[in-house]
Amino acid sequence: MTSSSNPESELGFGTQSVHAGEARQKPNDAITDSICCASTYTFESTQSILDYLKENHDREEYGRYGNPNEKVVERKLAVLEGAEDAILYSSGMAAIVGLLMCKLSAGDEIIFFDQCYHRSREFCVKHLSRFGVVTHQVKTGDMGAMESAINSKTKMLVSESPTNPHLTVIDLEAFVAIGKRHGIETLIDSTLATPYNLKPIAWGVDYVWHSATKYMGGHNDLLAGVICGSKQKLEPVRKLRGILGSINSPHNMYLLERGLKTFALRMERHNHNGQRIAEFLESHPRVQRVYYPGLKSHPSHAFAKKTMKGFSGLITFLVKDADWKQTAAIIDKCKIPRIGPSLGGVESLIEQPMVMSYFDYPIEQREQFGIYDNMIRMAVGIEDTDDLIEDLRQALEAC
Amino acid sequence: MKFRTRAIHIGSEPDSTGAVVPPIYLSTTFVQPGPGDWGAFDYSRSGNPTRARVEKTIADLEGAAGSLAFSSGMAATHCAMGLLESGSHVVAGCDMYGGTYRLLHKICNRNNITVTLVHADDAAAIAEAIRPETKMVWVESIGNPLMSVPDLEQISADIVMHSATKYFGGHSDCLAGALSAKTPELHRQLYFIQNATGGVIGGLEAFLLHRGIKTMELRVREQSKSALAIAQWLESHRSVARVLYPGLASHPHHQRAVRLMGDQFGGMVTFDVRGDIETAKRVCKATELFGLAVSCGAVESLIEQPATMSHASYDPAARAQAGICDTLVRISVGLEDPEDLIADLDRALGIAGGA
Repeated sequence: MTSSSNPESELGFGTQSVHAGEARQKPNDAITDSICCASTYTFESTQSILDYLKENHDREEYGRYGNPNEKVVERKLAVLEGAEDAILYSSGMAAIVGLLMCKLSAGDEIIFFDQCYHRSREFCVKHLSRFGVVTHQVKTGDMGAMESAINSKTKMLVSESPTNPHLTVIDLEAFVAIGKRHGIETLIDSTLATPYNLKPIAWGVDYVWHSATKYMGGHNDLLAGVICGSKQKLEPVRKLRGILGSINSPHNMYLLERGLKTFALRMERHNHNGQRIAEFLESHPRVQRVYYPGLKSHPSHAFAKKTMKGFSGLITFLVKDADWKQTAAIIDKCKIPRIGPSLGGVESLIEQPMVMSYFDYPIEQREQFGIYDNMIRMAVGIEDTDDLIEDLRQALEAC
Repeated sequence: MKFRTRAIHIGSEPDSTGAVVPPIYLSTTFVQPGPGDWGAFDYSRSGNPTRARVEKTIADLEGAAGSLAFSSGMAATHCAMGLLESGSHVVAGCDMYGGTYRLLHKICNRNNITVTLVHADDAAAIAEAIRPETKMVWVESIGNPLMSVPDLEQISADIVMHSATKYFGGHSDCLAGALSAKTPELHRQLYFIQNATGGVIGGLEAFLLHRGIKTMELRVREQSKSALAIAQWLESHRSVARVLYPGLASHPHHQRAVRLMGDQFGGMVTFDVRGDIETAKRVCKATELFGLAVSCGAVESLIEQPATMSHASYDPAARAQAGICDTLVRISVGLEDPEDLIADLDRALGIAGGA
């Protein structure tokens, strides 16, 4: 939105969700952006190509380098995140691969906290290693262990906040301080928090990564990933994306832009439902333990309160005295949440991490990752709070 | 299950793929088991799986026997008017959408259908206008643009028409209409007309409409909250002569609105600026967040002047009689931060220099 009296950064989050990054007056005077499906873009004359190459005009060239629909969403996400720039990818994994392939070279090292999305870990440990990049994993939240693992080859410190599925919240102040002390870049996967609840850039983090498939898209009907950061740091990342080709499609980008219009409302509701349901679960006799940053009982509740506005819709809990089959029976009794991976959409989803993501791992390794057989992860949607609580109650009490 | 839960789940039941979001069917025709042996779907005008899902959701939310989805609100209205016959008489509220006025007075009249306009909030006036040949009473709840609130307890609706382009879709990106019928028989009659006349919604639009409905409760609740705050603020503004909003105690049928709607009154607010037609025009042109456009009910706020825009298709005399005056400004409150919206209106009213 171009407006003299209202710099976008000063507008409320809801206003930014609806308007930021968009042209005030759009082609054909349409109120919404059109979907531009073109794979390639034409030049008026040879001279206009030469001008474009020489002066680096801001225009489209070929679909793999960008399209108008992804650019408008990139501008909107940058404003929402409080970042200078944002680069969109065809999925969350494509985004992290695009960033790490750009920033790391043979001989470099990267340090992760050990609670993380299992595919990010797999990419680093199994694949980046083939290109000579070494990955270290240290205990989540242990800043001393992270600092001790740093050496002259360390190029990046990586964490989720909150982590998945344990919802551990990182003390971003301490995390950023380590990076700055050693001159090492920091990356936060903020997918579970979203910029509605957490602004890592404001804490001094260099890169923010989201699976935009989740809360940003919000309707479980598109895949997307994004990296936010400074223009200078992201410029080579954008160039590499043009080579790797992991760009998102104009149709998807339109749906993402549309999903972002209700971002503030949906997050407010996810926060509300998440907190109420976590409190309900914690008070239920069938539940052994609840992992939710908004609960006082959560080990990183203090860091959550320090860094976050609300705590989103992901809740993990352990069923008391249940093996994996008894736990599965509770999931199968639920009538409203559908059984499936992913999170962040309007409809609630429920799953058993041991079955969904770790079934092939031996039990010792599962327990090392903190994945217990009686663990349930629920991605709370925006349905009526009481409907969801009643459904969980009947499922817990039926088994 | 409550409204919001139903909006998300009814009509989105899993298919054989397990997809959380049902697929979009663009297919125009469907392969049949044998000659004269019809499957669930045959031709997309008669029925389409994506349309059927959104129709199921709308019927559930309306508490209707069945719903039908159309390519626009006017296509839905035209289908309902298809119930009339030559010689039928219609009693209609005088503050209705300009397009409905045009359909009744310039298209339906060709079939010898006559219309009597009355103030829709006056149940006695409606009753008085009814004649033996009266086949339909058509009122808007809430009236547009004068925000009249008809006495629905007395009227007892048989059919509900929505321009689903507005709050149902909610994102200004799909045209859609819907009819919901109280009884299976009425649903059957309307379906017959829909299938015969063909104003059906397409598969892509049905998907976008369905997607929008999932956040409708959140959006309308927020829009109602913001609109009430803005209406109250406008009421105290020196450049504003009058504010029409059912949620204001000053609204002539505020108590009726409370009985019908509880504590949410929608996102539409109409107000009279002090000045003349030019003052109202200047206000509409001076806003930066409110887009100058007709339509309403979407995430982005809009502003317009009914006399020259949404209700320009009225005959000037009928417009004046209905009370749609030149100084009227209509806003559709979106999802922006209400403080940002108030600041925008304050600036626009200042620039317009209302007397």
